[in-house]
Amino acid sequence: MFDTLFVFLSVFTVVCALGAILNRNTIDAAMCLLMCLAGVAGLFVALHAFLLAFLLLLVYAGAVVTLFLFIIMLIDVRGATGAPRRRMANVAGVAALALVAAGLASFVSRGRPALPPPPAGGAVGESLKAYAELLFTTYLLPVQLIGFLLLVAMLGVIALSRKLP
Amino acid sequence: MIAATLNAYLGLSAVLFAIGFLGVLLRRNALVIFMGLELMLVAATLALVAFSRFNATMDGDVFVFFILTVAAAEVAVGLAIVVALFRRSGTIQVNELDSLKN
Repeated sequence: MFDTLFVFLSVFTVVCALGAILNRNTIDAAMCLLMCLAGVAGLFVALHAFLLAFLLLLVYAGAVVTLFLFIIMLIDVRGATGAPRRRMANVAGVAALALVAAGLASFVSRGRPALPPPPAGGAVGESLKAYAELLFTTYLLPVQLIGFLLLVAMLGVIALSRKLP
Repeated sequence: MIAATLNAYLGLSAVLFAIGFLGVLLRRNALVIFMGLELMLVAATLALVAFSRFNATMDGDVFVFFILTVAAAEVAVGLAIVVALFRRSGTIQVNELDSLKN
């Protein structure tokens, strides 16, 4: 049952990711990306990371994809038109994909029998309290840095979107 | 039937990363390139969550928090740059942005 769910979610995610990359229409691509992220959120639930699944949907689907759609509506007037695909880019893409596939194959063929089985029962990070405890003790400095990063990003966006003189 | 082992999750993560990478390399629309970048980040988070679950630790899960935040900031700044680019040069096809070439 659990494996069936995993296979279904992975196939769904990969197909939607391919759709996001290969789709000629940018809005369709954004929608495929949204479905792909929903699939990844499902995989997070299968991994018992409920809070992260919720956050992924909230941040990516709620903010990032919406922002993409706004920008597409603003500027993508020409859609898929453009110069024909260059030969070199195709060759480079296929070579890069072959490299990743080779790395993956070597990883799989080496075999890792020592991998731990999933622990019985719930995951460590199932409760919100565990996250809060880690975030406000061990990772306090990164949390503050991330807050500063968000401030800098906000200022950067304001500076970038001013009218040009 | 594929069992939902750590290897399966890592393989899926690698496949997602490869798809995003392919999108960055092959597409010329700056927005779709951004979507490829997002896919690569999500693939990395999937690997982190899987490692966290199978090793019964929480550090990977906490890292995903930071990755999500960085991704949100990156998208905000990147899309602002794309809009500024479009205002300036009237296109977001990266093969037409060649003013530094000559």
